[in-house]
Amino acid sequence: MRKLRKLWLDGPYLVWMAAFIIIPLFTIVYYGLTDKSGAFTWNNILEMGTPERMKALLLSLILSLIATAFCLVMAYPLALILTGMKGGATAFIVSIFIIPMWMNSLLRILAWQTLLERNGVINQILGMLHLPKLYIINTPYAIALGMIYDFLPFMILPIYNSLQKIDPNVVNAAYDLGANKFQTFWKVIFPLTLPGVISGITMVFVPALTTFVISSFLGGSKILLIGNVIEQQFTQVGDWNVGSGLSLVLMVFILISMAVMQHYDKAADEETTKL
Amino acid sequence: MSNRLIDLQHITKAFDGTVVLDDFNLYIRENEFLTLLGPSGCGKTTTLRILGGFETPDQGKVIFDGQDITSLAPNKRQLNTVFQKYALFTHMSVAENIAFGLRIRKKSEDYIREKIRYALKLVNLEGYEERTPDSLSGGQQQRIAIARAIVNEPKVLLLDEPLGALDLKLRQDMQYELIRLKNELGITFIYVTHDQEEALTMSDTIVVMNQGYIQQVGTPEDIYNEPQNAFVADFIGDSNLIDGTMIQDQLVEIFGVKFACVDTGFGTNKPVDVVIRPEDLELFAVPEGEDTQSSAYQEAVRSAERLNPGYFEGTVSHVIFKGMHYEMEVMAHGFEWLVLSTRMFQVGTKVLMSVDPFNIQIMKKPESEDEKAVGLEEM
Repeated sequence: MRKLRKLWLDGPYLVWMAAFIIIPLFTIVYYGLTDKSGAFTWNNILEMGTPERMKALLLSLILSLIATAFCLVMAYPLALILTGMKGGATAFIVSIFIIPMWMNSLLRILAWQTLLERNGVINQILGMLHLPKLYIINTPYAIALGMIYDFLPFMILPIYNSLQKIDPNVVNAAYDLGANKFQTFWKVIFPLTLPGVISGITMVFVPALTTFVISSFLGGSKILLIGNVIEQQFTQVGDWNVGSGLSLVLMVFILISMAVMQHYDKAADEETTKL
Repeated sequence: MSNRLIDLQHITKAFDGTVVLDDFNLYIRENEFLTLLGPSGCGKTTTLRILGGFETPDQGKVIFDGQDITSLAPNKRQLNTVFQKYALFTHMSVAENIAFGLRIRKKSEDYIREKIRYALKLVNLEGYEERTPDSLSGGQQQRIAIARAIVNEPKVLLLDEPLGALDLKLRQDMQYELIRLKNELGITFIYVTHDQEEALTMSDTIVVMNQGYIQQVGTPEDIYNEPQNAFVADFIGDSNLIDGTMIQDQLVEIFGVKFACVDTGFGTNKPVDVVIRPEDLELFAVPEGEDTQSSAYQEAVRSAERLNPGYFEGTVSHVIFKGMHYEMEVMAHGFEWLVLSTRMFQVGTKVLMSVDPFNIQIMKKPESEDEKAVGLEEM
């Protein structure tokens, strides 16, 4: 009886997992490791080795690292300020950062395109003020800017949440034991928010590494990120095998960066206990 | 007793327009176990936070060892706090928690190791160095919080309802632990609680607070036996609190019955508050169906009158067995009297109820509602 109920409760999730996670994953692995005739091959993986694709992968890594770093540096102080504020004001400001997330991401990136264009809104305003114009559209700078703008809330929220969870008396205890503000932050507050920081980094880095929308709108057609390369394999070239092979490589990169992050998380944990 | 260590002078503090402390004056002696006792919102925690440096008073001064520390940052003060719910650093081991203050002060590792061992021994948690706070029980976490504070050798330890989250048995054990710690360390403890039993058990001095004012300062015996006003009498222990009239010195009228008492100086025919502790009321059974002229009745009257010329006639309405004693309610003159006695009287028993003159506590009535909260000057 109990077993039956358990099956009844778990069943839908098992079906979901099979249909939308496991089967697609295996399909990708299958396409990635076979050629058009269905025979096993490493060639799709090795396709990543071309200079053009390596360049795209490297640029993706650099840009998403930069975007993640900027998001972290911008989000942490803001989350700290939000945590220090009282009641209604906090809710208001948090919602200001969340509401854009409810809007279509494509639309927001399109808006940046309009803003940054050679004769776009920003340059018109700069022109009126007789200031030097900004020509960053279709450059990696614009892509990084788009990433930072698009993913910043994903960094703020987990950090803000983990700051919120800290009992104010824990911070008071650090002061009470003689720590100044700087020591209190680095020895108590920051280590306690590390899980939030790690999940913020993950939530910014992974979508930034795989994006193709931001790069195609803000990078023009000249700058290719690895996301664009994979997209083209499916939509333009029509070679599912190579596309799958390339995305497997990207997945490996993401898994490696996750593992590195986990490692640092643990190392940082041990580090702080050794302080 | 020893010198004044801390002097709180004319402290006033309001939050969002609500006055929490109003012209609050108190001094704390060296090596004293002082308890701030009162219901929630009475200002006791705010007083502690002002001492710790986490709040700055709107007006008034905090003098510590002759120095004005009113606006000194918490990390510069020679006192340490044991916080409500412990506030341990969950990302550190027990040893790291205890070492925190010492490492900030750049003590040598040898010194720190020695101190950790000493502190863990003091709180009976030897061998717990490498445990994490999450793996400890509430009582153990509490001990670590105390150890973390005392290794810094503060002159004063502030304790903010430290036993509030523990269960009854553990709370009682920790009360003895705290008294022992206080004696071994020889430092001043300032303790905040709303639990009157805790305060009576541990303190040298109790400060009873209500609505931002001090109601009474005294030893536990003073506070219990000689409450200065109705609030203190009601808050400390169970008591029968009734309206009375002071006919003249040493004679008080309650519900139309004149009782001998020992209090003087209240004037004549003045309304007063009267407190009689439930354990001080004595009951004398009147046999069923006897009329007032019968010898059994007269015998009971004589017994009652030996205690006090005044007595009440009443009926036992509730009895609860409490182990050590019986807790009874006696209906007399339309008032439910709480009586504690080792002798049991059946529900429905007619009784005469009397009280030793010495055990009647007379208190001045506040002249208006506002004056209920009027601050009393230091002892």
